[in-house]
Amino acid sequence: MIFAGQWLGKTAWPFAGGCQRRAFSIPSMKQSRIVITGVGLTAPNGNTLSEYRQNLLTGVSGVELLEVRYMGPQPAGVCHFDPLRYQKKKDVRIGTRAGSISIHCAREALADSRIDWEKCDHARAGVYLGITEHGNVETENEIYNVSLFKFDTKFWTHHHNPRTVANNPAGEVSLNLGVTGPAYTLGAACAAGNLGVIHAAQMLRLGEVDVAFAGGVSESIHTFGIFAAFKSQGALASNPDPAKASRPFDRKRNGIVVSEGGCIFTMERLEDAVARGAKIYGEVGGYCVNSDATDYVLPNSVRQAECIRKAVANAGLTPADIDIVNTHATATPQGDIQECQAIGEVFAGCPDVHINNTKSFIGHAMGAAGALELAGNLPSFDDLMVHPTINVDDLDPQCALPGLVLNQPCKAKRVDAILNNSFGMLGINSTLIIIRYRP
Amino acid sequence: MTKDECKQLVIEIIADIAPDEDLSNLKPDVRLRDQLQLDSMDFLDIVMELRKRHGIEVPESDYMKLASLDSCAEYLTPKFEAIAGKK
Repeated sequence: MIFAGQWLGKTAWPFAGGCQRRAFSIPSMKQSRIVITGVGLTAPNGNTLSEYRQNLLTGVSGVELLEVRYMGPQPAGVCHFDPLRYQKKKDVRIGTRAGSISIHCAREALADSRIDWEKCDHARAGVYLGITEHGNVETENEIYNVSLFKFDTKFWTHHHNPRTVANNPAGEVSLNLGVTGPAYTLGAACAAGNLGVIHAAQMLRLGEVDVAFAGGVSESIHTFGIFAAFKSQGALASNPDPAKASRPFDRKRNGIVVSEGGCIFTMERLEDAVARGAKIYGEVGGYCVNSDATDYVLPNSVRQAECIRKAVANAGLTPADIDIVNTHATATPQGDIQECQAIGEVFAGCPDVHINNTKSFIGHAMGAAGALELAGNLPSFDDLMVHPTINVDDLDPQCALPGLVLNQPCKAKRVDAILNNSFGMLGINSTLIIIRYRP
Repeated sequence: MTKDECKQLVIEIIADIAPDEDLSNLKPDVRLRDQLQLDSMDFLDIVMELRKRHGIEVPESDYMKLASLDSCAEYLTPKFEAIAGKK
């Protein structure tokens, strides 16, 4: 049985009286239920949720060869949306690729939500976007530019700072939409897409905003540095066929396919969404964010399992209540095994759970990954279909979890809870659970 | 270089800086900012492009001399010619 409303327990409330600190409790209060009411995205294999979903169910990869500065052609996830749909040419010129991705996603989410934006209080809207990194693209471009002028810094653009500040993608959304409420990014490595959604839920529950544009974005394919660093780390995918390069759980996996992309949800308190008759994609059931505190890059399956278990408990569920586990697995030899260990431990004795992976289609969209991968699974509440992990020709025995959905989609008997893992460097883990909306 | 040729080079830069603008009917004697949506950052872009494309330096004290196409031609034509003479 799934239920959504969590309750705050007795909360200690510090009270300063003289030199003494007293603690007293406030009455329990019900947390607001938070729902997703709009989806806007651009993925390497789709620019709308329906196109993206269709390609996930029919095995269509979005990975192609991309010419990367100093490195030549590399498999990469490239998005093909039209920035001029929502921006002027000048804004595209001045802004960043991440900004254009964010604007496309926010505008699409807003349209999908059918929120009457003109009548909204724009000061009560928030923009919360997860990023793995931001600014590397623009910095590399400028260094390349000044290299053409003997590194004379008088040729360095005055646009560099507004392009590279960490809040740039969210700030560009605020400029485009006229959002005057909080608009900022959350840096959380590759866990960031989940963090955007989690943070939005928290801000909505706190009453800080009435509507949130939340998710994650990435422009990472336009920086050679991320490709070069993964290659130096021995973690950059290579394959003669780019569509086969991202292959989590397969014995021949050899690393990450770097991708760009974005996904932004409109999120609201349930009562607001119901009051305006909104379509509800799903409800935030629970979540957890924790840290490994063990290594800069190596994952820690113990902490990952802890994160998953705590998210399940936070949702008031048991592992047996989870129907789809969307894995973070990036197709690195060790990382996939570590996550499978964590999942195998938490979901031991849960034969009906379905486990899949979206990166096998789109590569690793970095800050966008968590949100994009969640979006790709949300339609399962309606059609009960579970998209597969593709490119698994020879399953690694160390990844052979019982519930893996491989190469072909399958129909589930029940999809009431989707669990989305996103983990990142410096040991940040995030698990987000979205549950079927029930009035 | 004629002043008209100089104006054309400036228009080419503006076309890249303000790509949404219609530049077909620019009045040469009217301030650019009164005809186009150009802000101070765009103006810095024009200065930067003169530097990058043509090697022309415009000191801050002379920025006002780039107000209109006519004043641009008046100010920049000798600079273009000076640079051409060095080549």
